Amino acid sequence: MTIHTQSVSQLSEGLRRKAFSSLELTKLFLERIEASQSVLNALITITREQALESARAADRKRAAGDAAPLTGVPIVHKDIFCTEAVRTTCGSRMLENFVSPYDATVVARLKAAGTVMLGKANMDEFAMGSSNETSWFGAVRNPWNTDLVPGGSSGGSAVTVAARLAPAATATDTGGSIRQPAALCGVTGVKPTYGRVSRYGMIAFASSLDQGGIIAATAQDAALLLQAMAGFDPNDSTSVDLPVPDYASGLDAPLAGLKIGLLKEFFDKGLDPQNERRIREALAVYEKLGATLREVSLPNLPLSVAAYYVVAPAECSSNLARFDGVRFGYRCENPKDLTDLYKRSRGEGFGAEVKRRIMTGTYVLSAGYYDAYYLKAQKVRQLIAADFVRAFNEVDVLIGPTTPTPAFPIGAKTSDPITMYLNDIYTIGANLAGLPAMSIPCGFVEGLPVGLQIVAPQFGEQRMLNVAHLFQRETDWHTKIPEAYK
Amino acid sequence: MYDFALFFTSLAATPHRYATYIMALTREQIENIAHLARLQLQQAEVPLYQQSLSRIFELVGELERADTGSIAPMAHPLPGLSQRLRPDAVSETDRHGLYQENAALVAAGLYLVPKVIE
Repeated sequence: MTIHTQSVSQLSEGLRRKAFSSLELTKLFLERIEASQSVLNALITITREQALESARAADRKRAAGDAAPLTGVPIVHKDIFCTEAVRTTCGSRMLENFVSPYDATVVARLKAAGTVMLGKANMDEFAMGSSNETSWFGAVRNPWNTDLVPGGSSGGSAVTVAARLAPAATATDTGGSIRQPAALCGVTGVKPTYGRVSRYGMIAFASSLDQGGIIAATAQDAALLLQAMAGFDPNDSTSVDLPVPDYASGLDAPLAGLKIGLLKEFFDKGLDPQNERRIREALAVYEKLGATLREVSLPNLPLSVAAYYVVAPAECSSNLARFDGVRFGYRCENPKDLTDLYKRSRGEGFGAEVKRRIMTGTYVLSAGYYDAYYLKAQKVRQLIAADFVRAFNEVDVLIGPTTPTPAFPIGAKTSDPITMYLNDIYTIGANLAGLPAMSIPCGFVEGLPVGLQIVAPQFGEQRMLNVAHLFQRETDWHTKIPEAYK
Repeated sequence: MYDFALFFTSLAATPHRYATYIMALTREQIENIAHLARLQLQQAEVPLYQQSLSRIFELVGELERADTGSIAPMAHPLPGLSQRLRPDAVSETDRHGLYQENAALVAAGLYLVPKVIE
């Protein structure tokens, strides 16, 4: 059996049986990354030397009988997570040379669990984008068709897993940035409940929406990695102090009696009819597994994009105020005074989409507009969250499409921000309400993967992963790999 | 109710429907916002932001349709979350030098900026 197509669980088992060493695995995946880089551009930084060193250390640990399940498993981190002694760019010229003095909690936990970091994944600049085209380090290409986008902002992470450049990659989701690229690349992406995974050392975009998560080939792998990432962190003031259930132990629970809600608002004219067919076929699989389907309506959900494009830019304009050209980040040449230093460092260091969002946020928070925009959006957010609570009184999970269409061509939506923003129309609701949600592959339309989205109540990750895993036991969409990367 | 599907199809089918839309934001407004945000814009960028921000505010304007009379604003998604405090004790070591390695210009442990006071 080829090694690179194996899941994290299989690689973990292979390491345990000594079928291969971590060093061998690490070299194999590094070679795959390096060979693909000129085409896919999935990574911003490849940490070859550090990876080989960690792999050797993992092998020594295993030889000493001191190995955990993830000891020696290679992974990639999204370049939004701070890594000590390895630069963290967030896809921006602003942070092109930034080296964090500490590890993000997610990075530290996965390191402590024994994983080997191969490098840092490409992403939309400051996670603002749905196509991975806003990266200062160049667009990422979709391995299913390299003329197409991989989705974003975690495009590099999704491509890493889709092309099996690594078995898993960390990612973040503010409005769909894990689920949408996972859908467009045919992999499994999990956005946990807000507060489940620490945001410490994860460069902030919109702090009330941002949540770290994982992209892997299967729900089982995602469960394994989430187990290592999740949990209380005193360094994140919004981290929730609740015990983390054993995700793996719940994966095989039967689905008989599961009540699945179909969001009426998701099955509408915006949904590509071929995508809809794949979603309906997936729902039939669930019926076969004993689940019942019922339509539910979230009447305020259609306002989620509008609410999001007030709340997220407002928080972004505040968070990104820290980039001033003084303490870290890009600094302009020969500033004539302090204002000039700020304005040109920011004007030259940030890309067009980041500037657009900072300005949108600045406007909605400015005197005279705060009530009309920001406060109004926060109230609508409350209505949307309440809609979800009502829905979960009737059903256990909500299932529907992740995206309206499969992957689109590079350049197709860059001239019009609104068409780009509407890509996240099905994913934003979960961020506004702080819910766990994931995307799993459920078929193809004209050779391109389609994602099925599962949304659960807050802290319902165990059930959500179980629902995804049983679908993957019945189907093989998650095992499909683009021809050039088999 | 706001029909997002209709919105979606109409926008996707005619992406430049608003190209001739009377711009809601003036050049001066964009320049003022950019100044508040401390962003230097190139002259050629201003009309692009005028157009795209106007479109964004048109989308955002849909919020007016929601009846939010007595609804409390929602700042974050975790009901009951309160800000934790830590004991007032030293928890970090001095890593001043390490932090300053990321700064473009430092001298004698200080960050340097253009002269502010004559």
